[in-house]
Amino acid sequence: MSDNGSAATNGSQPARRSDTAGGIEAPTKESEHRDLGHGTGAEMFQGIQGGRPVEERAGGPGERRRRRKGGGGRGGGEPTVVPDAEFRSYYGRPVLKSPVWERRIATYLFAGGLAAGTAVLGAGADLTGREQLRRVSWLGSLGGLLLSVWALVSDLGRPERFHHMLRVAKPTSPMSVGTWILTVFGPLAGLAAVRELFPMAPARWRRTRAGRLLGRVLPWVARPAGVGAAVTAPGLAGYTAVLLSQTSVPAWSEVRDELPFVFTGSAAASGGGFGMLAAPVAENGPARVFAAVGATQELVAGRVMERRMGLIRDAYHHGTVRKLGLAAEWLTVAGLVGTLTVAGRSRGGAAASGLALLAGSACQRLRVFEAGVESTKDPKYVVIPQRERLEARAGEPTRTGGGA
Amino acid sequence: MTGRNSLSGPLADPAGDAGYTAEHPKRVGFFTDTSICIGCKACEVACKTWNAVPEDGLDMLGMSFDNTGMLGANSWRHVAFIEQPRTTGRQDPGLAGLPTGPSGTHLMQEAVEPLLRAGARGGSGLGTEPLSTAHDLRAPEVAAAGQDLAVRNTTVWDLAGPEPTAPAPDLQDLGMPAFSKPGDGTGAEGRTAFRWLMASDVCKHCTHAGCLDVCPTGALFRTEFGTVVVQQDICNGCGYCVSACPYGVIDRRPHDGRAQKCTLCYDRLHDGMEPACAQACPTQSIQFGELDELRERADRRLAQLHDLGVTEAQLYGRDPDDGVGGDGAFFLLLDQPEVYGLPPDPVVPTRYAGTMWRRAGAAAAAFLLAGVGAFVSGAFVSGALGGRR
Repeated sequence: MSDNGSAATNGSQPARRSDTAGGIEAPTKESEHRDLGHGTGAEMFQGIQGGRPVEERAGGPGERRRRRKGGGGRGGGEPTVVPDAEFRSYYGRPVLKSPVWERRIATYLFAGGLAAGTAVLGAGADLTGREQLRRVSWLGSLGGLLLSVWALVSDLGRPERFHHMLRVAKPTSPMSVGTWILTVFGPLAGLAAVRELFPMAPARWRRTRAGRLLGRVLPWVARPAGVGAAVTAPGLAGYTAVLLSQTSVPAWSEVRDELPFVFTGSAAASGGGFGMLAAPVAENGPARVFAAVGATQELVAGRVMERRMGLIRDAYHHGTVRKLGLAAEWLTVAGLVGTLTVAGRSRGGAAASGLALLAGSACQRLRVFEAGVESTKDPKYVVIPQRERLEARAGEPTRTGGGA
Repeated sequence: MTGRNSLSGPLADPAGDAGYTAEHPKRVGFFTDTSICIGCKACEVACKTWNAVPEDGLDMLGMSFDNTGMLGANSWRHVAFIEQPRTTGRQDPGLAGLPTGPSGTHLMQEAVEPLLRAGARGGSGLGTEPLSTAHDLRAPEVAAAGQDLAVRNTTVWDLAGPEPTAPAPDLQDLGMPAFSKPGDGTGAEGRTAFRWLMASDVCKHCTHAGCLDVCPTGALFRTEFGTVVVQQDICNGCGYCVSACPYGVIDRRPHDGRAQKCTLCYDRLHDGMEPACAQACPTQSIQFGELDELRERADRRLAQLHDLGVTEAQLYGRDPDDGVGGDGAFFLLLDQPEVYGLPPDPVVPTRYAGTMWRRAGAAAAAFLLAGVGAFVSGAFVSGALGGRR
């Protein structure tokens, strides 16, 4: 019988169907070693315990060992070791639909955070008279904003209907809440950024009537608009965590307590990082503080999140997702160390630290996004925790093993 | 958004909670009694015909007689087939003296499995799009497997068609359709009991519908019948509902770009007709009616089956206290829900909305505080860190 490629998935089934089902003989020795989620002869009979081969899904035996050591289920009720996954499913097929969102949404998570982080810096720099920091911050904010809008609209199934988002204001939909946050934030940040763009415009444009009018009005409106954007920015930085968590996607839903802190920390780190990258050392003091606080928060919240994960740790440690997580952590640590040491002295050191923080933030968002996608593809992330929940509620194990 | 249990928990009248006046019709739904389903798929066909639901791919999936795979944008009814080496209650499967075993062989699954596993959506695109669409194939080895399967499928179908002009690929047996009786290859010693579970799955029209809650355009709405429907002229295909649904039902239709799912034949309800699937069902496995009455009927049927010794029979989605406040379309199952591809304990994501927003609020406050602090402490801290300002 095909053994799902590994003892880990099926090895300890209570009763192997092969004993009783008798169906079709396993044809060749070879096929025994093919990694089929289920396979030959009698195993095709119902049940189909387990999902997919564990090597494939969990990222290799190394991960599994590490996971055992790590332990720790959410709320303390779950076993510290994710057991050799033993569960039943419909031919190993997913229960949930994998998100239709593409990586553009991960791009948005990063770009939106960057826009929010730089907006706070821009308004602060404006109020404290740091002109260079103010200029680069608002330009960075505008860049993040434009990237966000592009990513959000182009990911729609019907991009030409993007404005249908503005039909309703719906508190139960984090996306609706986010739409309205962006609708407030966007024009305000945009206005603040126009003031920075204005001196770059060709002189003959500025000499036109409209140009002269704009030149007179901008200094008056840009500051209030910038402050308004900065006040909205925390909402923009934080709501995206709820956006992901208020889904049925296991790897997003189950980290709902920590994700807001990871995301706002990441937003602050990227905003501060951008300030360090683009502003001269003489003015980057606040950017360094903001980045250092954000990076620290991101790292600590990320660790707490990691520690409280139950079965979904597998999704966060799966293949490229794991690499992205490592990259995010190391880049953020490196950026933080650079921020605290060299960024206040050397322009190059500040730029390198800022770049590391930006890259770390981007990896963080992509990693969380991809972990969510991964967790929808394997039924174990749905079936096992829900079954455990039911059994805990019933007070006693009810696994009947169907065929028995 | 009015009552105490608007977001989760038992809710007697979801339509009323959504704002309909007291004169709205009673809540309707489906009771799908899978113990009498014969797997004819008339519901799938009737649904596709009435609602003009397009093709979801003519694939052989190697999952018993299920070649639909899953509910999706282009499959609003899906009949699951599960083969088990046991009997139901004291039923005599009539297999004495006959060789028995599963209907398929491993060959088909070997061909299908890599496509599903490594595809962009990990197999969850079934019911929406064909098995091997080009964009579904990322890894080269999967692309190769896809071509391979395409060739094999072509081979099978072309047997009756015109002679292939290109050099004929090697014929490969896919195991299905099989002409021999299941289990012909084994003798009496391998003989087992046998039963075939069939279940017609459909959108659950939850009391607390995750898809509806998160829809940012208002395209998804609660009808006066208490069902949940997508307004196709409003939906802009944001895809949030796809990730919100705890059952993996609703999906975005490729090339169309809008979210699609069962409407419980909203148009037919207006004309006093029952939904197409229920009308087409030849065994009344799919029963349509007022939800209160269906629940009573289901309770009676469950008691009857338990009396007959079918102790494994259970109702799924009937309980108004469950994570989604009870389903408008609920089921009588003969095994655990996950065996049918259903989540054992689904919960509407909105249930945690309050705590999530509180956490996000705290995180946002910390973010703003860090920003303000960065400037207030600017001179002091940057001095300490070695800056010039």
